Amino acid sequence: MTQCISNIPFLAVAALIGTGLSIIVFNRNLIKLVMGITVLEAGVNLFLVGLGYRQDGGVPIYTNACHTNMVLPVPQALTLTSIVIGVAITAFMLSMIMVIYRHTGHIDAKRSRTLKG
Amino acid sequence: MSKIVRTVSELLMAFVFTFGLYMIMHGHVTPGGGFQGGAVFASGMTLLVVAFGAEKVEKRLRASTLSVLESTGALAFIGLALGGVAVGFFYNFLVGSSVFGHIPAFGPNRGDMWTGGTIPLMNMAVGLKVIAGLSLIVFVMALAVGKGRSEQ
Amino acid sequence: MDVLLAHSPVLIIAIPLLGAFLTPLISRVSDKGRDVLVIATLVFVEFLVIILAVDIYLGGLHIYALGASSPLLARPEHHMAPVRIVLEVDAMSILMGFISATVSLAAAIYSVSFMRRDTGKDKFYTLLLLLTAGMMGLEFTGDMFNLFIFLEILSLSGAALASFRTGFVDALEGGFKYMFISAVASLMILFAVGIFYGQYNLLNIAALAQAIQYTTLDKIALALLIMAFIMKLAGVPLHMWAPDTYSVAPAGTTPMIYVASQACMYALFRVCFTLYGVTLNTLTIGWIVIGIGLLSMFVGVTMAVYQSDIKRLMAYHAVSQSGYMLLGVGVGLAVLSDSQALSTYGRQAMGGGIFHIINNAMYKGLLFLTAEALFYALGTRDLNKMGGIGGNMRYTCVFFMIGALAISGIPPFNGFASKLLIYESVYQFNPMLSVVAMMVSIMTLASFVKVFQSAFTGPISPHVRAVKEVPKPMLGGMGILAAIIVFFSLFPGLIMDQIVEPAVEALINQGTYMNGIMGGMS
Repeated sequence: MTQCISNIPFLAVAALIGTGLSIIVFNRNLIKLVMGITVLEAGVNLFLVGLGYRQDGGVPIYTNACHTNMVLPVPQALTLTSIVIGVAITAFMLSMIMVIYRHTGHIDAKRSRTLKG
Repeated sequence: MSKIVRTVSELLMAFVFTFGLYMIMHGHVTPGGGFQGGAVFASGMTLLVVAFGAEKVEKRLRASTLSVLESTGALAFIGLALGGVAVGFFYNFLVGSSVFGHIPAFGPNRGDMWTGGTIPLMNMAVGLKVIAGLSLIVFVMALAVGKGRSEQ
Repeated sequence: MDVLLAHSPVLIIAIPLLGAFLTPLISRVSDKGRDVLVIATLVFVEFLVIILAVDIYLGGLHIYALGASSPLLARPEHHMAPVRIVLEVDAMSILMGFISATVSLAAAIYSVSFMRRDTGKDKFYTLLLLLTAGMMGLEFTGDMFNLFIFLEILSLSGAALASFRTGFVDALEGGFKYMFISAVASLMILFAVGIFYGQYNLLNIAALAQAIQYTTLDKIALALLIMAFIMKLAGVPLHMWAPDTYSVAPAGTTPMIYVASQACMYALFRVCFTLYGVTLNTLTIGWIVIGIGLLSMFVGVTMAVYQSDIKRLMAYHAVSQSGYMLLGVGVGLAVLSDSQALSTYGRQAMGGGIFHIINNAMYKGLLFLTAEALFYALGTRDLNKMGGIGGNMRYTCVFFMIGALAISGIPPFNGFASKLLIYESVYQFNPMLSVVAMMVSIMTLASFVKVFQSAFTGPISPHVRAVKEVPKPMLGGMGILAAIIVFFSLFPGLIMDQIVEPAVEALINQGTYMNGIMGGMS
């Protein structure tokens, strides 16, 4: 039973990554592409956090270490870093889309001029 | 935005900012830290921009000021890392000194604010950078949208 | 001096970062001061790279543990594995570091006058220095997670530079494409890092290399990593961003973005050789790398031949040239577990591939810069509108000739030396590969003859009558790269023995890299 429960996060990871990839592959709207990246990123972040989880583990804060069994802190640090980077990427891509929209009046990758060869 | 939104955000603003700063200051003993606190603080800025409009906020706080603050935060961070370079890059040279120098007690305790050496200072540097950076992003985007609307 | 040397691995990354964030502050005071600061930063980085390189060739690899009480304390006592962020610089990393530092310096000098007409230059230089820091970090890092971080720094600043001229839609779209591909690629890398951490609780490359078992999960991670790096280095099935991005990036930054993608190629080699090493099925993975290399070479050059936009043409050649490096090093990878084949031709193939990386960065960078010089002088990138500029832009013409002869592999230029090594050794592995490589080389020559004819010789087109030579700093930037090409062409043997051989050794010898950190542990 505990085995099943501990696999649930990874099922969610698979679902999120699958959704993200399908959005990226099948959509041509630039905003939706960015949304796809964000969903994909959520999946990967959940994967990292899920890896570090220990059954009945405590909070990995040193000053209140009442549990001997602690959740791994390193994956959380990794996830935090990747969230920070994700914010930067999302903001950057969205602002690029804004300028593209102002120039061309559309945000459709299919109608892009530069998609040649 | 309507008067209700403006009034509520005026009230909320102080709490959001305080909470953001608290998260930055306490980052080395409780959950939180530079980025998280900075993000909370910047969400307060977003509230202001949404409620009062970017142009009005921009009159009080220039985008170029934010840009300078952001660079200062980054420089402070790298400066702190370079400060330990006599021993090693990122070496915590403040442990045992009079600035955040206490060494935390072992085992469960109430948590001492005056610990961590360079880490709280780095949290503040990162916090400054994130506050400035995220607010700048929100500002610039909101201003650009406003400009686009007025052109049409 | 000793202190500087001991801390140089981290200073090479930290100084550009410091410079990057000082730039916007200084440029509020004075534009000239900012230009001086940027150039000084990069000169200092180049100096650090050179002293570090000399020390590495004389005394072996350098490690640097961040935050430790001694930089050499990678693995604290009573710890089974390194717990800190560790930088590890060996002969291969420093070779790439030298390329990045040199090209960044040339690009910055070139940009000083190229960007004179643009606004927002403080941001431009910030991004340029960030890109340098990203490349350096990617090349020097000793753990998988920081590889991801520096890859993201590199991608963000590269994409921002590519789309720097927000007035042009194609610049924005080129940058967006690059950012999009990079975002997907780096998430794949992060997932692979997660797989490693889940299995071994390790992030350090040296420690992982020791622990790796090549389980099914490791195979998945390898597939993700290879796919991600092929995306980033514009290997052929995933090259679609390269022409769009390279052709729109302003001036000096095109060679930098190109070198950034070569840094990703370095990461691919590091993963294949150092992280997995002989545990993986080297023949299969080697053939995959060779296959991608062949495709890149062939598709790149055939697409290049009929382009009329000079920067697009160069971009396709860049894709094609990456193929040579993948081919050379791929052959080395394929025979990695066969020590006899490795010593008869595997080493030589790898030497050729790695020599080609450094040659190519120099002449491809030079060619990108000359293409931009033409754009600067003429205001067009269309080859059909150029003609007879040779008389007006003598220096640019000479620089272009040096670059074009080198890329086509005409003796005595350095391109010939590295290509010859690849032909000879690959022929012993599989003769067909060698034939394809030579054909591609001939087509490259044909394409550059076309460019030379339509741009520099022939009847003077009405567009170019009043054209003047480009300003001196731009010539200076091109001159640095041209001088290095000439130097490499005069002493290919010296470069081969002193710089390339140790790099090959560093890649093949997984044990040295592991011992650098795990030292003494079995």
